[in-house]
Parts: sequence; structure tokens; C-alpha cells
Amino acid sequence: MLDTGSLSERYRELQKVVHPDRFASASEQEQRVALQQSIMVNEAFEVLRDPLKRAIYMLELKGVKMNQDTATTSDGVFLMQQMELREALAEVPQQSDPLAKLDELMTEISVLIKTQIAQLAIQLEESTPDQLNAASESVSKMQFLNKLHSEAEMVEADLEEMA
Amino acid sequence: MALLQIAEPGEATAPHQHKLAAGIDLGTTNSLVASVRSGEAATLPDEAGMHILPSVVRYTESGVVVGAMASEVAAEDPLNTIASAKRLIGRAVGDVKMLGEQLPYHFVDSESAVPRIKTVTGDVSAVEVSAEILKVLAGRATRTLGDELSGVVITVPAYFDDAQRQATKDAAKLAGLNVFRLLNEPTAAAVAYGLDHDADGIHAIYDLGGGTFDISILRLNQGVFEVMSTGGDSALGGDDFDRAVAQWAMDESGMAVDADRGVLRSLLGQARAAKEALAENEKVNMQLTLPDGTGWQAELTREIFHSLVDPLIRKTVTACRRALRDAGVAIEEVKDVVMVGGSTRMLRVREKVGEFFATEPLVNIDPDRVVAIGAAIQADVLAGNKTEGDMLLLDVNPLSLGIETMGGLVEKIIPRNTTIPVARAQEFTTYKDGQTAMAVHVLQGERELVADCRSLARFELRGFPPMVAGAARIRVTFSVDADGLLHVMAEETSTGKKASVEVKPSYGLTDNEIAGMLKSSIEHANEDMVSRLLAEQRVDASRVIEALTAALAADAEELLTVDERAIVDAALNNLQRVAEQSDDADSVKAEIAALEKACEFYVERRMNVGIRNAMAGHTVDEFE
Repeated sequence: MLDTGSLSERYRELQKVVHPDRFASASEQEQRVALQQSIMVNEAFEVLRDPLKRAIYMLELKGVKMNQDTATTSDGVFLMQQMELREALAEVPQQSDPLAKLDELMTEISVLIKTQIAQLAIQLEESTPDQLNAASESVSKMQFLNKLHSEAEMVEADLEEMA
Repeated sequence: MALLQIAEPGEATAPHQHKLAAGIDLGTTNSLVASVRSGEAATLPDEAGMHILPSVVRYTESGVVVGAMASEVAAEDPLNTIASAKRLIGRAVGDVKMLGEQLPYHFVDSESAVPRIKTVTGDVSAVEVSAEILKVLAGRATRTLGDELSGVVITVPAYFDDAQRQATKDAAKLAGLNVFRLLNEPTAAAVAYGLDHDADGIHAIYDLGGGTFDISILRLNQGVFEVMSTGGDSALGGDDFDRAVAQWAMDESGMAVDADRGVLRSLLGQARAAKEALAENEKVNMQLTLPDGTGWQAELTREIFHSLVDPLIRKTVTACRRALRDAGVAIEEVKDVVMVGGSTRMLRVREKVGEFFATEPLVNIDPDRVVAIGAAIQADVLAGNKTEGDMLLLDVNPLSLGIETMGGLVEKIIPRNTTIPVARAQEFTTYKDGQTAMAVHVLQGERELVADCRSLARFELRGFPPMVAGAARIRVTFSVDADGLLHVMAEETSTGKKASVEVKPSYGLTDNEIAGMLKSSIEHANEDMVSRLLAEQRVDASRVIEALTAALAADAEELLTVDERAIVDAALNNLQRVAEQSDDADSVKAEIAALEKACEFYVERRMNVGIRNAMAGHTVDEFE
């Protein structure tokens, strides 16, 4: 289990050691080393705290390379569900209480994302070839869902701007 | 050599002198300088007891005048009296045309991409004007504190783009200051409050100045300030509130929009006074002499005032909502909201912001001074005066950075609100057979189209071998340092023959132009530069020697072989000898560099030990 609290704490401890601010009056060379180290720590934290990036990274460690940009899945049921969600999102502005409807939709998407995360946890834990295949499928689905969620956020921003 | 000073827990580092450092709030309207003395951060007054320095510079035949004495005569000598230089800094000539009418200066048509203003003593840029303000503030600090400053922290709006940051840093260079760090204004305010309250949790910093609005959401955890998101509007501030009131008066009185400049200016002044008076009174009287000579007067009640300004406040609240979303934080999680900037004196602003965050806004520290105070605290830490070393600021880049791709679109490489320092790479390829060069256009902004983003730099990567279309691998790496400044590198990676190019975006002033300005300002200075430089290098040398000696005593046996130790010792002895005997600053400097080079491996080894100690016992296998 990844303890996000302890991850953040480790991150802060590491930055306290390597951050360029610790070397503000040090030599240029030390500042350069500190900058590189601090960038690396930020990168690591960014990957580890985000479930999707973490999963892609862990799959990579196990020899499964994911394409970051083009997600694909052949799961018909999932794709159908995606289409329905997208239609619902497109219709949000015409609803009588668009913000409430949107909130409902975003909650639904979040639940689906959480389900994928839970499945990924099991798949990566087992790590058999079959499970790793299933894991890369889960990652693809999460990419779909994340994209949908950020589109919903944009709709929300537009609605709020108009309000 | 701070790296060499990493101490084992419970082990004291070598004692060192308290170094003088200052925080400078370089504002659009007013500027301040603050410093930490005997553990207490406070703004420093001038000889007349004034803390606030109006950000106004007047160029006269007999010299440069900065501050109140310049602003008092602004109306009489408008062409030689430059105010609001911050609105011009880092801006190109084209941007300034957009500001247009509002600036009464005589801009020079020149070769330089940077707008230059004609004055009686020659043409000046916003960088030089800002440098004059910085010099006055630094001089005030030196006088008050009794010695040279080892370095300063200068604040900038969180929303400043790369060009504006670079230009601010150049202004400091021109003023002869060593800049420890550029610090975002809201983050500085958080530091001032955070240390005061010692409150862990999530805080919102609402910063409404004269011309800009910034909102930052940050988390404070055991001395670490982690900015989660930042947002705002670089063209929304107290001035817009004055304009709304003035517009109302014009509508009511039937005054024409193209009325005399003087009448409009006095109207704006009245509008500002009315706005301020409404903090105390339920209503104020406004009186005007119309261009046709007749008089007009009316009562401005709080109710009317609210109806005028509420749309503006709503815009800031929308930005707050967006910042919360970017941070992934719910309103209930925000512990408190800190008010910064003179415009947060308006009761209506406090009321509406308090309503939105469902908490009473914090106004304990003077909103005009809080930024300078925070900067002073950070400067003190960066100078190395706080040995417990617990405070750390982790800031973000405020605007997305990307490059132009086919069809005039922007591909984002580093999205906004990414924690800095950061480096990200993206691969691109060629689209024509035999292509041996590729143009890279660096942009900053949130919009999709190149035309809607700010262009930071254009450069070309040349001389990679011809290949079929799509075979070349051009890797473009963006890195943003702790000041929020961008460096870009491009290289072709598919072949052994490496072609690479590295650029630092420039807002128009080249390094040569800066060097030229610096040289002429040094020539004008009366002090004996030679002896001062030597003294500085000697101080540096003894600092390095002291740090290295302490480090060697602590862990040389563990980390160095006998041979390695001999190399380090030889370089150390060399520096010691040269620093004592030579009276040439450059040779001392060269010896310091030589020592640092000789110790490179040792420094990295110590850093790695530091990281290993902090990292023991966790693996990436801990998926949820």
C-alpha cells in the first residue's frame, strides 16, 4: 500500500536536503548539482503521487511499455459506457440545473477511476503475464476516464464563468 | 560552500557570521525594503521615517531623483518622471502600444526591441528605471544595517511571465545587487503570516494590488510552504474600481467620454478618494466642475458603490474557484485566507472574499508591508542565517510553457502549476525528407493558438544529418529553475553526431546590452571597485576554506581515498596561499573555482549520502 501521507513527507524531507534554496550562497557548481537533484525529486514525486503515472511507471519497470498519448481498448462495454458519459456531458448545459447534473456526472467518473485504481493494485500485485496485460488495459481505461474528467472540469469552468 | 555544510543530525555546523540580507517588494506604485534584525522582520524607513518609497523616478540635468520627491513633481515634469515602470518591465514595444494612451511618456523609436523612454538625460528602459528604485532601497538597507548586503530577495507577481522575471533580475544586476531568489508576492505574504501563526494547513493568499490580482493556494507543513496552484488576472486591480466609480459619475453628470484629460484625471482622483472614504462612511459626496463650467454633485452611497464594484470582485472570486480546482482542494479545506495589497482595504472585498471562503479574512499584517516582510524572512534563510534550516518554499510555474507545432498550435511541455524546479522533454520529428534544421518557437500561456500566447524565444537547431521524414528525433528539453526562469535545449538524438542548441529566452535586452549598461553605471560610481572586488573575493575564499575544512574533518575518512584527499588538500593549500598573498581579485577567484572543481566529486558524494539518509526504506512497489 502506498501511504500518500508518508510519500509527501518523504518528498518534503528530500527537498529540504537538495532544494537550490539550501545553496543560495554556495558555489555555482553546487547550485547546479542541487538544481538537478531537486528536479529529480520533483519528477519522482509527480510520478508516484499520481495513480495513472505511477501505474505506467510500474508497468515500465516490469517491462511493459505504455504509449502515453494514444490509449486504446477493445472492451465494447467500456466504450459504450464512455459514449454515454460523453453524450451526458454534452447535454449538461441544456439541463435545468446544469451544475448539479455536472456534479453528478463528475462523481460517477471519479468512482469509475477509483475502480480502475483498485483493479490495477491487484493486477500489479500479482504481476503474472495475464495480469500485466490486464493492467495495461486498465491504464488505457484510466486515460480515457481522466480525459473525460478534465473535459468535465472545463465544462464546469465555462458554466461558472457564465453564472 | 553550503553543500559541504550538510550536518549529521545532532552535530553542529561550523559557527558563522550573521550575514546581512534584505527583502525588496518592487511594486507598481510603491516599493519597500525589509530585513530581519535580532530575529524580527521589519520594513526599513528612510531618513525621514518613511517606509514606503513611491516607485517613481525623475531624470533631471543634475541627477536622478527617486520616490516622493519625484512623484510630487510628476504633474509638472511628466515626460521625465517615470511611474509604473513595472507595467513596462519585460514588455516588448508592441505590448506597450496596447497599454497605449495610459502612459504619458515619450517613447523612442529605436532598434532595441525593448521600449525606451526619452528623458532629458537620455533614453531609459524600464529595467534601468527599476534599477534606480532598487539602488535607493538597497542603499537604505546598507545604511540602516551598517554593512554591505550579501544578497537580496526581490518579489514579483506570481503571474509574471518569463520575460518579466528575467527583466526584473537584470534590473537587480544593474543595481549591483546579488539576487538570492525571485519570490512570488503571494508566497512572500504566506511566509510572513505562516511563521507568525505557525499554522500547518491549507491557506489561500488573496492579493489585490493597484493593477494586478493574484490568488495562490498553498499548503504549509512543518516549515515547508508548498504552492499548490496560483492564478489571477494581470489586468485587474484597485485602479479598475476607481474607473468604475468615475464611469458612474460621468454617466450621472452627462459628461462626455472625450472630455479634457485634466478633468478626467481629477475625476479619477475623486473616485479613488470616494472609494477610500466609503470604508469609514455610509456615503460620500462627489463634486465636479464640468467642461462647460457648470457644477455637478451627487451622493455616492455604499449601496451604489457595491453595485459598481461587485462585478469586479466576482471576477476575482471566479479566479479563486479556478485556483482551488487546479489545487484539487475543496473550499472547506482552506484554513484561512490572507489579504495582501492595498486594495484589500476595501470592506466590500473583505466581505465577499470572506463569504466565498466561509472564513474571516486575515488582515493582521499591514497589507502594504506583508510582502516585503515575507521576502526579508526568505532572504535571511537564503543567506544561511537560520541554522535550523527548516523553512523551505516550493513554488510553481504560473503559466504553461510549450512550443509551436504544425498549424500554429501550441504543444504544452510544462503545464501551469507544476512545482519548480522542473525539467521536461518532448520529442519531435522532421516532416520533410532530407531536412537538416528545425525551427523551435517557445511560448508561454494557456491558449491553444500561437497567436494568443506570449512568444518567449525563437531559435533553430541546425546541422543534423539528412534523413527521411519522420526519422530524426529532436528532443526539446525545457527546464525552469527555482527563480521560475526558463532554459530550453534542443538536440537531435537518433544519430551519433549530436547537434544541440541551448537558449535562455530574452525579452529584448541582450546580455551585451546589459553588460554595457552595467559598465557605464560602474564607471559613474566613485568607489574604488578594484579594492572592493578583492575584498569580496577574499571573504569568499575564507568562507570556502572554512566550510571545506569543517567538511573534511567530519567525513573525509569515510568518503575519500588517500589519493583523493591529497588532491583536495593541494587545491585547498593553493587557495589559502593565493588569498593571503595576491592582490588581484581575478586570481583569487580563479583559485576558488579551481578548488571547487577539484572538490566536485566530493560534493556530489556528500549530497548522495544526504539523500540516502533521507530516503532509507521505501520502494516503488507500494502501489495502493
